[in-house]
Amino acid sequence: MSAAMPDRESPAAGYSFAYLDEQTKRMIRRAILKAVAIPGYQVPFGSREMPLPYGWGTGGIQVTASIIGIDDTLKVIDQGADDTTNAVSIRRFFRRTAGVATTERTAEASIVQTRHRIPETPLREGQILVYQVPIPEPLRWLEPREAETRKMHALADYGAMQVRLYEDIATYGRIARTYDYPVQVNDRYVMAPSPIPKFDNPKMDRNPALQLFGAGREKRIYAVPPYTKVKSLDFDDYPFSVQTWDRPCALCGSTTSFLDEVITDDRGGRMFVCSDSEYCAGQVAGQRAAAGGKDGPGHD
Amino acid sequence: MTEAPLLRVRNLGRNYGRTVAVKDVSFDLWPGEALGIIGESGSGKTTLLNCLFGGLEPHAGTIEYRQRDDAVVDVALLSEARRRLLMRTEWGFVHQNPHDGLRMSLSAGANVGERLMAVGERVYHSIRSEATDWLRKVEMDVARIDDLPRSFSGGMQQRLQIARNLVNRPRLVFMDEPTGGLDVSVQARLLDLLRGLVADLGLSVVVVTHDLGVVRLLTHRLMVMQAGEVVEQGLTDQVLDDPQHPYSQLLVASVLPT
Amino acid sequence: MYVAVKGGERAIENSLRYLADERRGDRSLPDVTLEQIGEQFTLAVDRVMGEGSLYDRELAALAVKQARGDLVEAIFLLRAYRTTLPRFGATRPIETGRLRLRRRISAAFKDIPGGQILGPSFDYTHRLLDFALAAGGPVPEGLGEAAAAAPAPRVADLLGREGLIEAAEPATDEQAAPDLTREPLGFPAPRELRLQNLARGDEGFLLALGYSTQRGYGNNHPFAGEIRQGEASVEFVPEELGFAVEIAEIDVTECDMINQFKGSAHIPPQFTRGYGLVFGGSERKAMAMALVDRALRARELGEEADAPAQHEEFVLYHSDNVEASGFVQHLKLPHYVDFQAELVQVRAMRAAATARRDAALDEAAE
Repeated sequence: MSAAMPDRESPAAGYSFAYLDEQTKRMIRRAILKAVAIPGYQVPFGSREMPLPYGWGTGGIQVTASIIGIDDTLKVIDQGADDTTNAVSIRRFFRRTAGVATTERTAEASIVQTRHRIPETPLREGQILVYQVPIPEPLRWLEPREAETRKMHALADYGAMQVRLYEDIATYGRIARTYDYPVQVNDRYVMAPSPIPKFDNPKMDRNPALQLFGAGREKRIYAVPPYTKVKSLDFDDYPFSVQTWDRPCALCGSTTSFLDEVITDDRGGRMFVCSDSEYCAGQVAGQRAAAGGKDGPGHD
Repeated sequence: MTEAPLLRVRNLGRNYGRTVAVKDVSFDLWPGEALGIIGESGSGKTTLLNCLFGGLEPHAGTIEYRQRDDAVVDVALLSEARRRLLMRTEWGFVHQNPHDGLRMSLSAGANVGERLMAVGERVYHSIRSEATDWLRKVEMDVARIDDLPRSFSGGMQQRLQIARNLVNRPRLVFMDEPTGGLDVSVQARLLDLLRGLVADLGLSVVVVTHDLGVVRLLTHRLMVMQAGEVVEQGLTDQVLDDPQHPYSQLLVASVLPT
Repeated sequence: MYVAVKGGERAIENSLRYLADERRGDRSLPDVTLEQIGEQFTLAVDRVMGEGSLYDRELAALAVKQARGDLVEAIFLLRAYRTTLPRFGATRPIETGRLRLRRRISAAFKDIPGGQILGPSFDYTHRLLDFALAAGGPVPEGLGEAAAAAPAPRVADLLGREGLIEAAEPATDEQAAPDLTREPLGFPAPRELRLQNLARGDEGFLLALGYSTQRGYGNNHPFAGEIRQGEASVEFVPEELGFAVEIAEIDVTECDMINQFKGSAHIPPQFTRGYGLVFGGSERKAMAMALVDRALRARELGEEADAPAQHEEFVLYHSDNVEASGFVQHLKLPHYVDFQAELVQVRAMRAAATARRDAALDEAAE
């Protein structure tokens, strides 16, 4: 279990706290405030080149770098797991440049930066969830021109989005989007929730935590304030629904979490395990404790 | 018919640099009335049309439109938001080239249903059944509701465009050479369809064309334009059977007998 | 019993060590020095400075070394470093009319005041691999400096005196130049921002777009009015002093394209311009930049703008190779959660289709 490691090595070559200089952080915080004031609206910001490539979460990193303080505790996940290379890399980055405490326990984090999943453990008031976003514009697949999509948002002209869902039903008999499923925030702006599976969409609705979204390459920040309505787009007679599996997690038995498929042999053998590795380990540990056994195998 | 005109145009003018494209045009359009604007290319009829629906800003004059709620608005002063709302709820525009008026990458059903969804219709089956109804009304094969427009003939694409424009029950439909580029026989059937729909739905129509056959079949009144000005206007039959202005006489006389 | 693979941190550390080892390679060979890279791979350093938007030969050489010769990777390194640098003001515009010329040619005129100065260029070589280079050995001195003595007014200025070419609009306020690296790009984009974007844009992308305009995709009939390469003084006016101080000398290449004239029987026609400016000797980039600059001006010059090189959003959004490389390569990151979501969906749709087909068969059988 990675405890707080105040890694206060002096920043190399005069880097600032969390890498970005104070002016840049101020600029980003102003963009964040504007985003919070207009839920779901994409605020353009002067995204900086970061030491990680575009596409690797530079937007999320810039948002986190602008809000993180020495007393914060940071959790970073990718695909729901703390130990995938991208999550490890970003966690190292903040340890090196900010010396903040890091954790794998969702409940102990003040800031959770995530790529493509919302943690299974419900978030609390006071926590901040920072999403890494590749394409912030939900209308991009309908309309490549930025000038036109800006107008559509300004005029709440979302007919074209609804039409795309109609077309899915006409073709496949169901809405085909399974991730990055568009939502309407606060009954006004249509927003791209980032490529989280649609399974996670309901978690966004009226979440007590603050949800911030950073797109570095596309240079946009947006936000969903705590307790804000977030509704997935659908039709009354084809309502939004989430994925289900026909078996529970092979490790902890959960029937309510998102499961990853793991191929175990070349004869079609497969098993399903929780994508949220911390949640899964916590469930297992809790079961062993309840059964009177020791804590489950340690995890870093 | 009724009290106030739907569209009131006074002294409309528009230039391109030093060229006068439209000069001093005035007319009224009443509910249920179909008005034709006829002239050669360069007569200013297309510029006039673009001003009328707010696509171009006039340099002189006013265009007043009476909305469904009876409020009167000056079209030239409308914000983009209000104009787009009018296009969704009270107006239609049939383009000469169906590619300009259809979403070519969406199915026929999606094309017809889009405006319903744009104003908040959220029941899939209602949208689909209304789209089916309209395909039937424009005499298209309802089994093709999920086909893409490019799989239809030019005449069918134009019928689809018409359905797409009428589904939101507009009060005023603008048409720019609606039968241009189609075979003569296809044109005739399309005009018949249009005439029936306009009468059944009590639509007001402004149709711009160089084709006398279109105005003869479709319109009650006619304006003849030459070099940006209206040189003659009146009841369609009267203007075509007994043109007064030399230019109108020239136009009418130059139509080849079919 | 399946246990999820842990130890991501250790795996990363091992990977970094492997990378450093590969970068150094055979330890019996001398380690390449930054001076060698800067002196002998000048054009690589020039490109990295230009697209990295930072003029510092030593840092660029370090980036090239660290990137093992991958120039796009080196550009990324330099850009990331640039982010950390404080900004203390804007210099005066450099006077390209007063470059200490190393090379200066014009394709539009046979001869021009100041002459056609060939300079050190690949243009006059034959592309035959030179095996003598492999052996090493002495190289005679070049004839550089002497040629650049006579005054060399810009060809565009000469044409301008007759009113034959559109005037370059001077900036209204030196201090107000917008900065692409501070503010996000909006559309329509003003020419200053477009040129900034192109200056840092990927040379390959701009080369292809420029080439496309020559093959009919938005032709603008270019002539190379002038290409000049040399040293410029960079001046800065510190507030405390109130007068200009020279803070650096930089090497630049400038390309002035003379393009399709605009006008009519009533409006006297003038040639139009395309402009390219780069750090160092990246001449090909400067020329491509000028072609694309002119293509992007199509709309403001009242031309049809339907070729890819004339499409503002398409060109400016995809010219940055750091952005492009990041997003293309991000596909290597795990996407298995989203893929899982798709798998669930496709399996369900296939099951539904099979069930429908079986039900239909059953009905038919009865």
